[in-house]
Amino acid sequence: MTERSTLAGGATLAITGSGGSGAVTAGLILLAAVGRAGYYGLLGRSAGPQIRGGESAAMLRFGTQPIECMGDCFDLLVGLDWENVARFADELPLDRNSLILTDAQAEPIPEILLRSGAQVRSLPWKALADAQTEGRVNMVALGMVGAMLGLPLDALEAGARATLGGKSARVLSHSLDCVRSGYAAADASSVPSSASAPAVARWNISGNEAAGLGAVRGGVRFVAAYPITPASEVLEWLAPRLELLGGSLLQAEDELASINMIIGSSFGGVPSLTATSGPGLSLMVEGLGLAVASETPVVVVNVQRGGPSTGIPTKSEQSDLNIALHGLHGDAPHLVLAALGIRDCVDTVEWAVGLAEHLQTVAIVLSDQMLGQSRAIIDPPGDRPFGAGQRPHLQRLIAQEADPDHRRYRPTPDGVSPMALPGLAGGMYTGEGLEHGPGGAPSSRAIDHAEQLEKRLRKLTGFDYGPGWAEIRGEGDHLLLTWGSSAGPVFEAAQRLRDAGIPTRAIALRLLAPLQREALLEAIGSAGSILVVEQNQTAQCFAYLHSQRALPTHARSFARPGPLPLRPAEIMRALTERHERQET
Amino acid sequence: MDVAGITPTLRAKDYKSDVAPVWCPGCGHFAVLSAVTKALAHLKLAKERVAMISGIGCSSRLPAYVDAYGFHGIHGRALPIASGLKAARPDLTVIVAGGDGDGFSIGGNHFLHACRRNMDLTYIVMDNEVYGMTKGQASPTTQPDWAKSKLTPHGTGMRPFLPTAIALAAGASFIARGFAGDPNGLTKLLVEAIEHPGFAFLQVLSPCQTFRPEQKEWKHLVHPSDMAPTDDPVEAARFIQADDGMALGLLYVRRLPVWQPQNQATATTADLEREFAL
Ligand SMILES: Cc1ncc(C[n+]2csc(CCOP(=O)(O)OP(=O)(O)O)c2C)c(N)n1
Repeated sequence: MTERSTLAGGATLAITGSGGSGAVTAGLILLAAVGRAGYYGLLGRSAGPQIRGGESAAMLRFGTQPIECMGDCFDLLVGLDWENVARFADELPLDRNSLILTDAQAEPIPEILLRSGAQVRSLPWKALADAQTEGRVNMVALGMVGAMLGLPLDALEAGARATLGGKSARVLSHSLDCVRSGYAAADASSVPSSASAPAVARWNISGNEAAGLGAVRGGVRFVAAYPITPASEVLEWLAPRLELLGGSLLQAEDELASINMIIGSSFGGVPSLTATSGPGLSLMVEGLGLAVASETPVVVVNVQRGGPSTGIPTKSEQSDLNIALHGLHGDAPHLVLAALGIRDCVDTVEWAVGLAEHLQTVAIVLSDQMLGQSRAIIDPPGDRPFGAGQRPHLQRLIAQEADPDHRRYRPTPDGVSPMALPGLAGGMYTGEGLEHGPGGAPSSRAIDHAEQLEKRLRKLTGFDYGPGWAEIRGEGDHLLLTWGSSAGPVFEAAQRLRDAGIPTRAIALRLLAPLQREALLEAIGSAGSILVVEQNQTAQCFAYLHSQRALPTHARSFARPGPLPLRPAEIMRALTERHERQET
Repeated sequence: MDVAGITPTLRAKDYKSDVAPVWCPGCGHFAVLSAVTKALAHLKLAKERVAMISGIGCSSRLPAYVDAYGFHGIHGRALPIASGLKAARPDLTVIVAGGDGDGFSIGGNHFLHACRRNMDLTYIVMDNEVYGMTKGQASPTTQPDWAKSKLTPHGTGMRPFLPTAIALAAGASFIARGFAGDPNGLTKLLVEAIEHPGFAFLQVLSPCQTFRPEQKEWKHLVHPSDMAPTDDPVEAARFIQADDGMALGLLYVRRLPVWQPQNQATATTADLEREFAL
């Protein structure tokens, strides 16, 4: 069993530099280039809290299979300069097989990196850049690294053109000159061969863009929101595009306003969504209860970051599960979903919109910084998520004509009551957050409360969610169980365990509430060892599954807080340690 | 859908729902309800094209008593609910109703931003200088020496919030004051507020018989404003600052750009997806 990437014809590299060095730009170009060369890829980035001029790192992994996590260790570390790299060192695991590339004229490589035993090669980037008009070290290094990775020059050039599209023609042409000069100077003797061009056109998309796309595919045409890292890009992507679709985005004065604004717009009949991150979700909780009680469909995409409080805004964690599940006061059944990867952000958000609309309730979708701010080369998502195509398209049940007996909250067999939209004569009612009778008039009677509580719960628990509740891969007596973005490293750990002869299954939960308990118990079956993997301190999912009696008692937890990404190797170790102990 | 929005035969009582108000006998809010239904009848608005939005408080119960679409939300959030609705459905007449606690305390930030956003909404604040529904605590408009609340036994010691002054400073384009004891004047102001394109703020002095019985005196204290409605914010500010808080009528009205999304669909989601293709 190896702890290194086992991807054939691919590599994992990090590009680091101080602010303005162009590390992230180089990473974006490389990602676009590997995509054009026929590979899949994943580009993560890490930044400090500075607005401008801090340190930054781009982390790229590419290969011939879809890339779902960054792996364990970097094959290549490209240091454009070494200022402040110590702040990142723990995010840049290296070993004796790694290679550090540095500029021959740069300051010495920090000891903390050399301790890994990685090889070092000094290259004449600065000298080459100085020989070019307006030469840039990042572009020279990019050309050279591209050649060493076996990428065709035209893929690099196309990547640069696509990424630097907003720059002037002069900047672009100087940049291309630098890329070519680095490429030509590369000692490209040990190049892996490039993958062949894919049959289907692939996409280059970030998780936050994918969430925005899922929203509009689901029919969302109104968004109100307040900026917060790392959710803002969802909104930045949506604002101009909603207009093209005939919808709109309203920047609210705060999250209290944004959640209530989308309750208003949805009451008016327009599928509506907001995106936020931890502190914003806390502010929205009261409004979410209102949407549940008044049966007004709304979707909240919560791009998690390190918490509590303002925590670590620029880095990832999966620690908002508790508030998403349990934050609302009273008995307030609602949907909680979690995207399992960048491509899955499209499907999960689209599905969440359909479910919220159909069930007239709240859906909270958990993404996180790692998913949201990473980009990937993916196969385009399919037509309709998770087999929903076989069922009638998920949409709101709208009262179509005047019905003298229209009672907005009248219990129905499936708990979903037709919703009259303003403008429909004879459908008038008052949306109500107070407990109410079937007609909507406030009521404090026990019988009305019991009936409405039961209706609101039943419509969620009685619905057939189909196969989308989880993604299950592989076979075996060993089980890795996870949720959300931890799926990437878990799937890879399970695959590598299977490759090493330890039969391992992976289950990644996409629908966390209502928990599909029967289906989960069936999927768990009689697994001999079970490890629940998540990126938070207090094992929030593990505790939740136990509280729902959805886990055998021998299940164990592997919960580790962020911001360092989960690595397949640590998951493998956590599972096999247990496995060995059980056998002795 | 009836796009013209005109239903000629309705009278004020046709706009009343059959839900019985929870208000105490003699509450000023009854008169506000009555003025709302009269204004709707006067404007011949089709019931199904009107939406009454509120937060929480005695006054916020009003939507349930009007036979139109309505939304009874949570404390302080009526304006965002109404703004979202109006942004999504510009075709509707959206009227927001609430109390002084709802609007100026917990909802204070939304009040400021609703004034400056200038969406085409009518905002009626039934001001009784007290929290009615939670049984008699000081509100932002309560005088500093009112010591009857158990929470502030020595009074608030704070200068009261001046709703009209703040609305003006925040950029509201229509500011008026009415009195529950002057139903005709109130109805007229409501009609003007609803007709005003933009954010119309109407402060209604609405006595609370239960917790502020001394407000019965208001009928002797109110008086018509001696200033003609102005569109000059400096003149309006001078008047409002000197005013005793009891001057009734339209105080300030100005044509300002109205916030409204105007988007025609020119693309499909499939068009948007092309940007991701390599
Ligand atoms: C978040 C929240 N905090 C507090 C309350 C309790 N509460 C209900 S009504 C109210 C005040 C109502 O006063 P006002 O808005 O002046 O209206 P009135 O009842 O006087 O018409 C308060 C504080 C609540 N419902 N929600």
